[in-house]
Amino acid sequence: MKALLDWFDERTGYRGLLRGLLDERIPGGARWRYVFGSALALAFAVQCVTGIVLWMAYNPSTQTAWESVYYVQHVMAGGWFLRGLHHFMAQAVVVLLALHLLQVVVAGAYRAPREVNFWLGLVLMQLLLGLCLTGYLLPWDQKGYWATKVATNLLGLVPGAGPVLQRLAVGGPDYGHHTLSRFFALHAGVLPALLVLVLAGHVYVFRRHGVTVAQAPPRADARFWPDQALRDAVAGAVVLAVVVGLVAAYHGAPLGAPADPSIGFPAARPEWYFLSLFQLMKLFPGSLEIVGGFLIPSAVMGALVALPWLGRSDRGHRRAVVFVLGLAGGVVLLTGLALRADRADPEYQTAVGEAEASARRVVELARATGIPAQGAAELLRRDPLWQGPRLFARHCADCHTYDGHDGLGGPGVQEARASDLRGFASYEWLVGLLDGEQIDSRRYYGGTRFRAGSMVEYVKECPLSREQLRQTAAALSAQARLPAQAESDAKRRQEIAAGQEYLRGERTGCARCHRFQDTGIANWDRSPDLTDYGTRAWIVGMITDPGHQRYYGQENDEMPAFGTERLLTPEEIETLADWLRRDWVPTRLAEPRSSAAPQTVDESSGGSVSPGAPN
Amino acid sequence: MEDAKDGRRETDAIAPGDRRGFLTRAAAVAVGALVALVPGAAGLVVFLDPLRRRSRTSDFVRVGSVDQLPADGMPRRFAVLAAHEDAWSRVPLRPVGAVYMCRGPDSDRVVALSAVCPHAGCFVTFQDQEGTFRCPCHGSRFERTGERIDPGSCPSPRALDALATELREQRNEEGQPVLGADGRPRREIWVHYQNFRAGSPAKIPVE
Repeated sequence: MKALLDWFDERTGYRGLLRGLLDERIPGGARWRYVFGSALALAFAVQCVTGIVLWMAYNPSTQTAWESVYYVQHVMAGGWFLRGLHHFMAQAVVVLLALHLLQVVVAGAYRAPREVNFWLGLVLMQLLLGLCLTGYLLPWDQKGYWATKVATNLLGLVPGAGPVLQRLAVGGPDYGHHTLSRFFALHAGVLPALLVLVLAGHVYVFRRHGVTVAQAPPRADARFWPDQALRDAVAGAVVLAVVVGLVAAYHGAPLGAPADPSIGFPAARPEWYFLSLFQLMKLFPGSLEIVGGFLIPSAVMGALVALPWLGRSDRGHRRAVVFVLGLAGGVVLLTGLALRADRADPEYQTAVGEAEASARRVVELARATGIPAQGAAELLRRDPLWQGPRLFARHCADCHTYDGHDGLGGPGVQEARASDLRGFASYEWLVGLLDGEQIDSRRYYGGTRFRAGSMVEYVKECPLSREQLRQTAAALSAQARLPAQAESDAKRRQEIAAGQEYLRGERTGCARCHRFQDTGIANWDRSPDLTDYGTRAWIVGMITDPGHQRYYGQENDEMPAFGTERLLTPEEIETLADWLRRDWVPTRLAEPRSSAAPQTVDESSGGSVSPGAPN
Repeated sequence: MEDAKDGRRETDAIAPGDRRGFLTRAAAVAVGALVALVPGAAGLVVFLDPLRRRSRTSDFVRVGSVDQLPADGMPRRFAVLAAHEDAWSRVPLRPVGAVYMCRGPDSDRVVALSAVCPHAGCFVTFQDQEGTFRCPCHGSRFERTGERIDPGSCPSPRALDALATELREQRNEEGQPVLGADGRPRREIWVHYQNFRAGSPAKIPVE
């Protein structure tokens, strides 16, 4: 064995190299305060390893970036752990970077002959922050998308070259595929390559000058191996332990809902380590913005670069220490102010809650149905549970209510002009409709003239008994074939069969005025056809054109024809119909609910509803 | 890569620089530069390609109908669906942004404001209670008309961007005007949706 190693050493000289690396003399002995540089190098190594494997699973384009990250986080074995390591180690790097800089300044290690190494360190800091900034966008979730949009727009403010720089960073006039591929090339190619080069120079120059010994009582010199190496390894282990703890606590790294340029993101904020800059900008609003956003950060960087001259003397060193400690204090203070302002902002808190709910919902959908080729943003856009209430609030809530609210839990319209649609076509809803005491409440006819119409008159003086009306309601509700009611419909089979006869009754039943299957007056166009009442197709037709002869015909005087007037797209109408039918992928999220309205519990609620969740 | 002269092998004494030496050096630099130039230039041209791309400024797109706007002049938010082109992808109809629209008291004038905050590009939201727009990112506030509230301290350098609108009579498939509940032809709102440069006091379209 020894002969083999000798042979190898003869041809490579590896022993000399190793000895050079390990036998570095450390004047005054090994110390804990020297560990920060090594801990950073170790963290960088972790980022390289985890990053390269993430790279193998990542796909940068607007239809695949979020989707591939979702796949890593939620499907691939151990993917969440790997992604969590990469995410939290990046944050550890920022913390270690700050500590390393503080330590260097306190020790006076920026002074001659170590100026060049200090500058190389500042360059490394910029490269690492660049890696953080570019990495934030890559998942293409709402958070990364909007934070980066703000960041690149601020880049466009740089006097002169701003707009050109912005366009080169974005990869065109709009955000898209090339924004991702450019950021990815920077994040995984350009910046790490530069970092490795500068890091090599940093370590080389460091080895040339050695550690900076403080004026402490002299101790015996030591070698790097094994005394300092052990301390470095312990420091690295502590960092890794903290990171692993965070990964476990958060089960990987957070992944928001996929980026959607059309809905905005009121919860947009930069990552925590950029919050101080964000707050600084807020302190200089209006035309002074350039002071907080550009001049002060540049001046601070300039002062750091000039530190080897400004802090050369002992007095200068004391000033330099005060400067960096003040800087650290300022950063902590500004970050605290930003966090406090957000905590006191109910609108922001709501937005964060909604963002988290959207993020959880899209994962439920992706798990249940897979992701379509157009990308995961389409999942939310077509999800009845997510999009239905939003469409309702925007297009229907001027006249209708939903359990008393506007669909999203906001205040419903006062003196609702039309029906409350929660549970539409369900057994419970129809039992109320066919109840002489409830039919003329606002729940059913709102403020329309039908509230005093012939239907109300019929129910109030109905020839059918209460029991017979309940059977009618069961039969009519069965027409809808509501997915959440399938079981109880099966149980009510006899009631439904009996009710069918009243639906078909042309003298005393519904067919007196309504068309139902082959009964009732043909081509009657003043009251809705009850065949397939409440099915998806029936509701879609009703929303598309309520004045169609199958629905209210010429009796419709208030409701717009959302389809034929092109107020809603066919997909949106289908989404609304599915939402009203409570036909959606089961969820564990709570439904929006108005705090004022009493909670109606009915059998058609889909999935379990957990109290206390956002909204 | 290390130069061979720095290797371990013993070499002959190197002659001091002379004229031939200068020519050799000049030639080495020239040839080396030439070799670096070709891939460098090829890369640079492609790298700078985004500067030549033009945004597909779509024509007017239909956003809604006048009847959807409240008569009291309150703004209402609409998603803008338009053809979207992103490098190699082309989607015929996709949400590309949002506008707030309101109508004047005479109901014949419709104002459309882009929801994009001119400061840094977040979407503003309309606060029903205060009757103002607010940007959730840096707190810019705007009047209902889009003018800035307190321009001295507003992060936004200009008012919300008004977009060109057109009212067109709605036609059915036979080309006949569609009549509304009031017996007058229904009118659709068409908006010229575009983005403007963020952070600039002047309203400069991004092209």
